[in-house]
Amino acid sequence: MTSPAPEFLASIGLETHVQLRTASKLFCGCARAFGAPPNTLVCPVCLGLPGAMPTVNREAVRLTVRAGLLLDCEIGLRSKFDRKSYFYPDMPKNYQISQYDRPLCIGGKLEIEVGGARKTIRLTRIHLEEDVGKSLHFESSSGVDFNRAGAPLMEIVSEPDLATPDEAMAYLLALKQILVYGGISDANLEEGNVRCDINVSVRPAGATRLGTKAEIKNMNTFKGVHRALTYEIERQIRVLRAGGAIRQETRRWDDAAGRTEAMRSKEDAHDYRYFPEPDLLPIELTAEEVAAWRADLPERPAARRARFVAAYGLPEYDAGVLTAEKAIADYFEAVARACGNFKAASNWVMTEVLRALGERQMDIAQLRVTPAALAALIGLVERKVITMPTAKEVFAHLFERGGDPEAIVKEKGLAQVSDTGAIDALAEAAIAAHPSVAADYRAGKKPALQFLVGQVMKASRGKANPQLAAEALKRKLEG
Amino acid sequence: MNDNETSRTGAVDVAYVARLARLSLTPEETAQFQRQLEDILAYVGQLAALDVEGVEPTAHAVPARNVFREDVARPGLPPEEALANAPSARQGLFIVPKIVE
Ligand SMILES: [Zn+2]
Repeated sequence: MTSPAPEFLASIGLETHVQLRTASKLFCGCARAFGAPPNTLVCPVCLGLPGAMPTVNREAVRLTVRAGLLLDCEIGLRSKFDRKSYFYPDMPKNYQISQYDRPLCIGGKLEIEVGGARKTIRLTRIHLEEDVGKSLHFESSSGVDFNRAGAPLMEIVSEPDLATPDEAMAYLLALKQILVYGGISDANLEEGNVRCDINVSVRPAGATRLGTKAEIKNMNTFKGVHRALTYEIERQIRVLRAGGAIRQETRRWDDAAGRTEAMRSKEDAHDYRYFPEPDLLPIELTAEEVAAWRADLPERPAARRARFVAAYGLPEYDAGVLTAEKAIADYFEAVARACGNFKAASNWVMTEVLRALGERQMDIAQLRVTPAALAALIGLVERKVITMPTAKEVFAHLFERGGDPEAIVKEKGLAQVSDTGAIDALAEAAIAAHPSVAADYRAGKKPALQFLVGQVMKASRGKANPQLAAEALKRKLEG
Repeated sequence: MNDNETSRTGAVDVAYVARLARLSLTPEETAQFQRQLEDILAYVGQLAALDVEGVEPTAHAVPARNVFREDVARPGLPPEEALANAPSARQGLFIVPKIVE
């Protein structure tokens, strides 16, 4: 669906800017936070006041290297910062501190999956830089808020290995998943934690050289990236088909209009005049330090999914759902280990837990049902202490108030009725109330029994042991 | 110090550099800076005569590295102080001429 013209191929590269999950900014102690009143998280350093000196946040370096290790990058043991000069009101110093020729991470790769096919996307590099402020536009002026200025930003540059908007989307989702797994970024798009620049070119199928690329700047939603690419690829193909040439230029995505438009062409492209940042000393990491960070890495989502299939015997799809978020995967594993019934644990988490969370728009971190409680609940069903309908009732109770399932069952008198005398009485009543169904059964319509079992269950408010109920009914109908 | 040979070849596009720095120069200033910048480059250019084969490029003269701070947030400036030097401020924002891409 995203390859409108098979005689043309697209090459897409993404530069993804991801805000790191630190407490403070990259070069000063101001809090890295979203939603504070404008210019309340600022100091002389991030306001670029003369004489203010930056100092590197150690955690930002660790998180960037951690991302590099998770993405199979080579770690640049000797790294440094550079000044990237440009004038824009959201950049108070008139230069951005970034990394030019010695980034923290070099190369790397990320595996994506589109329509069941796997593909490896090569990365060029990951470097660390400071975020800029945010501008708001008014009728005749603009306002600048520097709260975000100086927040640690990782720029992840991919090779132009992506071929379709769907692949670009899959890449961004896989990247986000791995960064959240690693606790590297919250990757919260609403808070502007992830922004990306797109490079895209098309060429006739069979051509070995890439076509002239256009750059689309400052995308802040994944859906926007997909739409902008779909539009831009079609536009470039249209130009080439009409015998025209693509200009190397920067384009802006107009989301409301659903199209890209030229911003500036290569002739007036920026010359950033990079030079080494004199106010910051180089970073030298030791192999031992990096090895320790490597040993501390979490399992990658893809590896975890494969392990869930192998170790717990889960279908591929279920393993995918359970590993989509690290917190959910952790929760499932805790339940599975505590109860030993992997299938039941997966069923409960995939249906009841995710459904209930979704209905309330809650995060798994807010879940009151502890893994131990859910495991105990599964145990109660397994040992036939309670029936499945009762278990769902207990779950609803646990979801609202938390607590211990066994105590709830005792307190509410929910234990399964296995008392044959009581079940016999309910079976007799069901037969008496539905003589035609009973007659059907006696006439050989065996499925009629299920209806009567249902009646017994209903009369017992879900507590009757369904197997005993079926046996009692059979005895009475056949005897 | 002013080696005419270097002067002629070490061309500096002053107009371009001025544009990058958002400076508007008179023709006289352009000519003056042209001369001065080329002198400076010629002076620094003497380093090119040295054999630095096998010498690791360095950005700092100080043999120090890894100066870090711990990731601890602390209060910054009070908003009124942060905005004290702003030519114009409104609703806590620095007000600037309208930004157009
Ligand atoms: Zn600050």
